[in-house]
This record gives sequence, C-alpha cells and structure tokens, in this order.
Amino acid sequence: MSERTQDLSSAAAATAAPPAVSRRSPQETRARVAKSLRRRYWAEQRFRLYGMLAVFVGIAFVVFLFATIFMKGASVFRQSYVKLDVFYDPAIIDPAGTRKPNDIRDADYQAIVRAALKERFPQVEGRKNVRDLGRLVSSGAAFDLRDRVVSNPSLIGERETQWVLASDDVDLLMKNKLPHAGSGDGGPLSAQQLEWITALEKADALELRFNKTFFTHGDSREPEQAGVWGAVMGSAFTLVLTLVLSFPIGVAAAIYLEEFAHKNRWTDLIEVNINNLAAVPSIVFGLLGLAVFIGFFGLPRSAPLVGALVLTLLTLPTIIIASRAALKSVPPSIRDAALAMGASQVQMVVHHVLPLAMPGMLTGTIIGMARALGETAPLLMIGMVAFIVDVPKGFTDPATVLPVQVFLWSDSPERAFVERTSGAIIVLLAFLVIMNAAAVVLRNRFEKRW
Amino acid sequence: MTPAALLVALVGLTLVAYAVGKQRARAVVGGLRGIRNLHSLPSYYGALTALWCAVPALLVLALWLAFQDSIISAIVTKHLPPHVQQLPPAELGLALNDVRNVVAGNVSPAAARPEIRAAAAEFQQLRSTARLALTVLVITMGVVGMLIVRSRISAPFRARNAVERLIKWALIGSSLIAVLTTVGIIASVAVEGLRFFGKVPWYEFLFGLHWSPQTAIRPDQVGSSGAFGAIPLFWGTLMISGIAMLIAVPIGLFSAIYLAEYAHRRFRAWTKPFLEILAGIPTVVYGFFAALTVGPALRTWGEALGLNVASESALAAGLVMGIMIVPFVSSLADDMITAVPQSLRDGAYALGATKSETIKQVVMPAALPGIVGGVLLAISRAIGETMIVVMAAGLAANLTANPFEAVTTVTVQIVTLLVGDQEFDSPKTLAAFALGLVLFLVTLGLNVLALHIVKKYREQYE
Repeated sequence: MSERTQDLSSAAAATAAPPAVSRRSPQETRARVAKSLRRRYWAEQRFRLYGMLAVFVGIAFVVFLFATIFMKGASVFRQSYVKLDVFYDPAIIDPAGTRKPNDIRDADYQAIVRAALKERFPQVEGRKNVRDLGRLVSSGAAFDLRDRVVSNPSLIGERETQWVLASDDVDLLMKNKLPHAGSGDGGPLSAQQLEWITALEKADALELRFNKTFFTHGDSREPEQAGVWGAVMGSAFTLVLTLVLSFPIGVAAAIYLEEFAHKNRWTDLIEVNINNLAAVPSIVFGLLGLAVFIGFFGLPRSAPLVGALVLTLLTLPTIIIASRAALKSVPPSIRDAALAMGASQVQMVVHHVLPLAMPGMLTGTIIGMARALGETAPLLMIGMVAFIVDVPKGFTDPATVLPVQVFLWSDSPERAFVERTSGAIIVLLAFLVIMNAAAVVLRNRFEKRW
Repeated sequence: MTPAALLVALVGLTLVAYAVGKQRARAVVGGLRGIRNLHSLPSYYGALTALWCAVPALLVLALWLAFQDSIISAIVTKHLPPHVQQLPPAELGLALNDVRNVVAGNVSPAAARPEIRAAAAEFQQLRSTARLALTVLVITMGVVGMLIVRSRISAPFRARNAVERLIKWALIGSSLIAVLTTVGIIASVAVEGLRFFGKVPWYEFLFGLHWSPQTAIRPDQVGSSGAFGAIPLFWGTLMISGIAMLIAVPIGLFSAIYLAEYAHRRFRAWTKPFLEILAGIPTVVYGFFAALTVGPALRTWGEALGLNVASESALAAGLVMGIMIVPFVSSLADDMITAVPQSLRDGAYALGATKSETIKQVVMPAALPGIVGGVLLAISRAIGETMIVVMAAGLAANLTANPFEAVTTVTVQIVTLLVGDQEFDSPKTLAAFALGLVLFLVTLGLNVLALHIVKKYREQYE
C-alpha cells in the first residue's frame, strides 16, 4: 500500500513538478519518472488482463457447463427400438377364452415377447441362450404390448409388426457408449449378444427412433423405461399452487408496506424480517415445512400441497421485494391525481397504482417462480424424494419434481441413467429459459418509464 | 361433501351473495332512480355481502381441515384395544399408519389385522360424520353471514368503508406472514433443537470431535450409541465455503471491475446477462456437474500428478460452489462500483494516476463497505448451499485440512438425517434440527452483520 502511495505521489510530482520541493536535478527526476512509468504501465496492463481473465473464466464455465450437459443428454431424445413380429397368442393371453379385462391384464406378456424373439432367431437353443436373447429387449416391452391388448382386445389372435423398447445396454451400444463387437472388451454384453445385435441391425430391425417413453412415462428402475412426465406433472401441480398462494399474498403485503403502512417500529420489524428471510438458506424452510406442516398439521408427506406451501414461504420475500420496487416506480402524481378526483385510498391503489405496477410485479413473480422450479433442498426435507412411478393426479398425491428427479437419477448406478439425468436437466433448463424469457418480454413490452 | 366440492359450493354461494347484496341495495332505494341516495356504489354492497358470506366460512373450513385428521386419529387411538395402545410410540405410529392405509384404499381391508380393520372402520365413520358436520356448518355460516349483511343494507349504510376496512386487514394479514414465517422457523428449529439438547448435552454437540449419528433402533442393540460432536461438520462447511470464496471473490471482483471500468459498453451489455445465467441455474445442476464431471476430472489429474484425490473431494464441491457464487459477488460489487461518483475518478486522473491505480486506491476504498457486505452475504449463501455438497461432497465426517479428501457439511448431514423414513423422537432426527438451528443462527448473524456494515459505512455522495 505504502509503495503504491509513493507511486501516486511521484506521479503527482511528475505532473505538477514544483522545483522547490524536489532537491534532485530535473534530469534525475525525469529518469526516475520514466523508469517508474514503465513499471506502472506494466501494472496497468496486468490489472486489465486479470479482469479480462476473470470475465473469460466465467464465460468459459457457462459454455463448458452447457456443452457438457447437452453432450451427455442430447442422445436421450432418441431411443433404440427392436422390430418384432408379434403374435398375440390366445393360448397365452386368454386360454379360457373369457375375454375378461382382468384376465387379459394379468397374462404373461413376457412369453409373447420371448416367442417373437424366438421366431426371429429360430436357431437359438438352450435356456441360457434364450435368456440372453430375451435380455436384448426391455422388460417394458411386455407392458407396452399389454396396454395395446387391454385397450383393444380384438388384437388377440392377430399378428402385427411392433417396434418395442430395447434394453438399456443395447441402447448404450447403439449410441456408441459401449465397445462394439470385435473390440475384445467384455462390457455388459456377451459376444453372442453382440452378434445378434449386428444381425438385427443388418435386417433393419433395430434402430434409434424418437424417445416417446421419456416424455410420457414416470420414474422407473429400468433406465429405458424411465421418463420425466411424472416429475413434470409434480412440478406443475406444485408451481401452480405456489403461484396461487404466493402472488396474492406477496402483492398484498407489498401494497400494505408501500401504500398504507406508516413508518414505525412495527413496519420496520416486518421489513427486516422480509430482508432476512430472503437470505435464509432454503433447507431451513424445508425444516420448517417438516416440523410445522407435516409434524404439526399432519399434512401428507411427499405431496405437492406441502411442497407448494414451503415454496410459497420461500418465494414470498422475492415477490414482495420486486412488487415494492414496482409500486415505488409509479410516480406520486398518479396517486395525487386520483385522490384529488375524490377516490378513496383503496380505490386509488386498486384502480390506478396497481394496474401500472402490474408488469413489474408479474416480472418479479415469474422470477420467483423460476427460482421455485429449480429448488431442491427444501423438497427433500418434506419427502418429495420418494421413488414414484405413477404420474400424480392431484395436489395430495405423492409426487416428485423435476430437480428432485435429477437428484434421484444422478444417484442411480446404471450408466444409462447419466443420459436420463442430463435429459431431465435439459427439460428443466428449457422451462427456466421459457420463464425467464417471458419475464424479459413482459418487462420490455409493458413496463413504463416515467 | 368432499372438501373440494364444499369449496366449489362455497364459491357458488359467494357469487349468489354478491348478487343478493347488490340487488338488495338497489331495491332499498327503489331501483335505479334512487341510486344516488345510496352511500356507496351497489357493487360495494354486493362485495360486502359476499365477503361476510365467504370469509368466516373459509376460516372455519381451513381450521377444521387442519385439525380434523389429528383429532380423529387421537379418538381412534383411544378406542384401539389396550394391547395395541401400550405399544411403544414408534410401533403405535406404524399401527396408525396401517389404519390410514386401509382408509385410503392402499391396502384392502381383508388383508389387515382385525383390530386395524375395526379402527379403520371407525376412522371412516368418524370422518364421514365430520364431513357432514363441516358441510352443514360451512353452508350455514355462509348463508347466515349473507343474511345478516342483507338485513343491514340501507341507503346511509357505509358499505365502501366497511369493504375497505376488510381489505386493509387482509393486506396487514398478508404482510404478517413474513413475520409468522420467521417465528415458525425459529419455533420449529428451536423447539426440536432444544429437545435434542435434552438428550445430548450442548457442549458435546458444539465441541465434540466425533460425529457418527447411528443410534440403536432396538434398546438391546449393541455398539451404536451415536456420537454427536459437530466440529467435523463445522470444519467441513468452513473448508468448502473457504475454497468457494477463494474462487468466487477474485473472479467476481475482477469481472465486476473489468465490466464496470474497462469494458466497452456493447461488450458489457452482452457479457453481463451471460454471466448472470450462472445465478439462474438450479443448484442441482451444479451438483450433477460437480459430481460427474469435476470430481472425476480432479481425480484423474491428481493421479497424473501423483496425488491421491478422493472422488468426492472438498475441492470439487468448493470449486463448483465458487463458480455458482461468482455472479452473486460480481453483481453486488458492480452496484457498489457504479455508485462511486465519477468526480472521484476524475480527481485521481487529474493527479496523474493510471486507471488501475485509480481503481485500487480510490474506487475500491470508496466501494469497500458494500463489497464487504456482499462478500458476507455470499459466505452465508455458501454455508447454506445444499445440493452441490449433497451430491459432490462426502458423507464421512473427516477432520482434515487436506482439500483432496472427502469432508461433510452441516447441510449434507441435515439431508442425510432427514431423508427417508424416520421417527420424530430419535436423537438422530432431532440432531438435524439442532444443526438447522446452528445454520439459521450463523446465516442470520452474517446477514445482519452485512446489512449493518453496508448501512453504517456506506459513503453518501451528493
């Protein structure tokens, strides 16, 4: 520090150069200044470089993060399917010929898949080989066939060509994430299986197609059958309820603090509270939800209802602060004009100030909702972290949300889940981009500058 | 009626009440011609009627639903056969859970034990009685509220003032929710935390060096008494936050300085929002990135250098957390730097200072209080950050200074203690609340300190 101060004073001496102060000769001074100048310009360059480097590191990280996620997750939109000639054998599905929905539902559809595979590879003999052959196709294939037959029982006894889900290992192989045949590396697939896969590929009976399962199914233990739809619906239920609760309450609180409250100790307390809540770690809100909503009021665990209550408390400070800023930006002349025309205070606020502040409030709310959508930790506390296969249908059904789904899948040991996790992140980020874009559009189009 | 149907019915009744009130106001003054004699617009009479119809009924509905299940459970428990009632609380809770499962239809009644079946039947009967009572009560309250207001409507009746008074109370109530939230947080963590300190002495918790929260499930189990010394957790939290700040403060500060002082306006307009993307990415994404990309990469590089890096090292979590906090530091620093008036810079330039000298010796000291406040807020965020450390830091409570080893943090332990099935009374669960209490107090202290510094030392320029 002291050295730098000297720099400054010598710089001052160089420009002002009062001869009375300096006991050195002018040449000497000039030489010293020239020498220090070089050092100071070099320091200037260095400082500037540090700044550029910092910005560059930030940008590089954003790019790198998105690139990694997309590289890992882009392949999730396509999925390997195997073409099979399926014969809906009445002897297997409905041996009694009753056509009762329950009997049809409980039939052994795995046997039908096995039979279809056997038909394609008639030369396969022996129990072990047949079992290995069966492993090429996902266990979800049988469920899909079952759903087809249950919804249309006239298929029984018919024959049709169906594309069924391949297993996760086959899928990884198709996406070049496993060693191919001939590389000598073991991998999860045996040499025999690799041979069959090559045969299927040659016959155009194995290909990557659009991955509908990922967007229509709930969670599953089998990577190839796992989808994000359950989590998306859970997020939707949670967010809708959060919005319904937090927007009116947040706006009302902002209106009170900005338009009605007199400045006193009481409103100071509320204000300090709001500012502090905005900085409390989100996991503490989860503890509150666990102790109060689940422990005290006995609300169901894992339900979007409780998640929404917690997220409401979490987003309220954001919404209140944004709404107050929006109210503050409405010029006082509007209020004076309304009051002068004989409006009551409530009428002034509701009829004049609120409509003008609404775009700003909505922008703040959308940003709060985007934060709520990405929030994970408090929802872990209230049990929205369970393994849930069914797509939730209401506010009290057990559910999970998108970020928690990401967390759950990232913990799964199967390699194919890495791709699912990245895929779920891409879906989550897509929603966030849409919400933030909406906020920006709203702000640019409707916000007035006075 | 189910609660949802009841709610719909109540909404319908409220609409009816609005129409009734409005109609009545018009009728009282003899139709449209006499409307000028009314104190308020007819819609205010309608609104008042609707409010008196809906609000009390809604309050009753909410309170009833909040307590209905716990009260019914208490009654059912009392009527259970004595041998079930005398079970330890945990098993009694399981039995009650069975009852609820039967009621909810998750388990078929035939599969349940006879006493559970009887209790479920009683539960169901009590609940249908309660529903009937609730329906009658809510509808009656709505109708009575509507009729009372209707009977009071007259020309001089000040409906607008009454409505506005109600609105104002609603506004006050909404602003109180923030206070209630704080009270709720303090109450929940403090009550459960104090219960924990009743079982484990506070000095053992705060100063103990050994953390292994496995407690005996059965009383006769051996070898798992549990140790609740939280120093390793505090240390792990400090270490990861420290690494994060070592990354975030220089990068955040320098990028703020560069963008505010050096960068071209257009470059700044593009770069700033781009960097702020970092603040909008959910933390779980950072966690995934830290666990699957940064952690293994550090391990490989460490091996190449002959270092033994754990795959869940403190370094990986700290690095990624630091990047997450960068926009937080840089946007606060940016605000503070741009708030320093240009005249100060001009003064320094006039004395012959270079740009960097001006920044280091004039702008930075002037902006320092705000920057320090911002850094304190960033530290409080780092301490409270959960998902990155849950996914990328370890579970083992190591007391080590080596950033290549795995450490665990307060938030990780809260999550591990509370995720999954648990009973409310074990010290294991309560320990999570004690940790939450510490976390809340520390972050609160940091926030208060930060705001105080900003307020007290901020330079006021004219």
